[in-house]
Amino acid sequence: MSASTDITPLAAASAPAGAPAAKGRRLRELVIALAFPVVVLGAWHLATYGRKYSLVPPPSEVAKELYDLAFGGIYDDAYSGTLYVHLIASMSRVYGGFALAFAVALPLGLMIGRIPIIRKLLDPTLQVLRPIPVTAWLPLAMILFGLGPRSAFFLVCLGAFYPILINTIFGVRSVDPRLFEAASMLGCEGTAQFFRVVLPAALPAIFTGVRLGLGFAWVVIVVGEMTGVQTGLGAIIMEARQLSRTEIVISGMIVIGIAGFISDRLVVLLGKWLLRWSPTHV
Amino acid sequence: MSKPTPILELKSVTKQFEFGGERIDALRDANLSVAKGEFVCLIGASGCGKSTLLRIVAGFEEATRGDALMWGMPINGPAPNRGMVFQDYGLFPWLSVRKNIGFGPTSRGRPAKEVKDTVERFVSLVGLQRFADAYPHQLSGGMKQRVAIARVLANDAEIVLMDEPFGALDAMTRERLQDELLEIWQRTGLTVLFVTHSIEEAIFLANRVVVMSPGPGRIDSELKIELPRPRDVSAQDFNEIRRDLGLRLHSHHARKAA
Repeated sequence: MSASTDITPLAAASAPAGAPAAKGRRLRELVIALAFPVVVLGAWHLATYGRKYSLVPPPSEVAKELYDLAFGGIYDDAYSGTLYVHLIASMSRVYGGFALAFAVALPLGLMIGRIPIIRKLLDPTLQVLRPIPVTAWLPLAMILFGLGPRSAFFLVCLGAFYPILINTIFGVRSVDPRLFEAASMLGCEGTAQFFRVVLPAALPAIFTGVRLGLGFAWVVIVVGEMTGVQTGLGAIIMEARQLSRTEIVISGMIVIGIAGFISDRLVVLLGKWLLRWSPTHV
Repeated sequence: MSKPTPILELKSVTKQFEFGGERIDALRDANLSVAKGEFVCLIGASGCGKSTLLRIVAGFEEATRGDALMWGMPINGPAPNRGMVFQDYGLFPWLSVRKNIGFGPTSRGRPAKEVKDTVERFVSLVGLQRFADAYPHQLSGGMKQRVAIARVLANDAEIVLMDEPFGALDAMTRERLQDELLEIWQRTGLTVLFVTHSIEEAIFLANRVVVMSPGPGRIDSELKIELPRPRDVSAQDFNEIRRDLGLRLHSHHARKAA
């Protein structure tokens, strides 16, 4: 009996699930996941198709515009074939702003979590600044950094900053005290303990912060690009609205959604590998 | 037989805790001397200070009064020569079995080749070759506790401190680990200080049982166990000792109630 209890957990984990059954299940999940958007698209089509002068185009128009935006050759206007320029501009701001936020929030969070004097010094101020929404920072950002990409960069950075900071602090502060005892009785003390215990133990929480932060960076990008930049998905969305080109507005939204989704999936994959030891992240 | 030099000595060790503005003696005037190679069990009801005593020896807590000495030198914080095995294992969840066992030697800056050899030796000592690359969450409780024991041994611990290490395990696994622990102890000449609340476990394992009593926590009496090994828990002399220890433990309750 004890032999079987000793072996089952790993055996169960490594046993391959029935491959055909898993395939069928994944297909069914895909069908269910697609059912809702298909219904929405159908309703959208019925509500908008065949109405001239409507500000809301049917899905087929949006699809056409999306293709033209990406590859050109349909309308040949100022937007044709420019999607990659805007996508790259937005991505550079999202990832650039995120990277800066990460580079500041991670060490800051580790210090606030571990060093009481720094916590007492900074935490109250940060807690007051935190509820201020990114949109409220917009005017001040424009005053400080001028109209243009620097404001966008700042706002994206701000949006990604707090989730990373808060989760890092949480992760560092909730390390099981037992692990510190275990480390010190094994001869691991001081700074070494920080790198060999605190950092890996806080990794799941830090990762959650990274994922949320990157998500926020994508959310904030449109606001960030309302600051008068020429390129970027947010910029063309705002510009197209003024030109009543709603199909471009919706195309831009779809691209942001897909880019943000792919970006999140990649982070999740990275997390699965980094946190393969953690039972709660498998 | 001449008495060997004690590896561990407690001289009227007292530990007080602040509790609601009041000072409570978790441990009062504990005197204990442990010789190298001894297997000593501390037994007593909860609140008798047995875990506190163990944590003072480990260096996790400091005695309020009195001296805790190892080889005659005052204990000053945790150190690799006093390894602790926790009831809740205390394994590093992000490290594989191998790396958990190698944590101590690596921390102490041993060369990689030596760490590797040490790890392999202790992985096989506790019979975990097949699971050497598994992570703790993939292991059963019994396997986790084997890793915890191997981790302490791989770090050249002279004394192994065990705080109800088998308390969370099912009866079968528990018995097997008791046998394995005794085998390791006999083979390596370790010194073991083992906290338990099971009378049977104490008699089965120990050379000497130290009975503790609560309110305030203190050492009540000691009993040498001289039964031949392997011990038979259903033998008559085993049961006589069990009854004796049971009376010693219960007399406190009676005294307290009176």
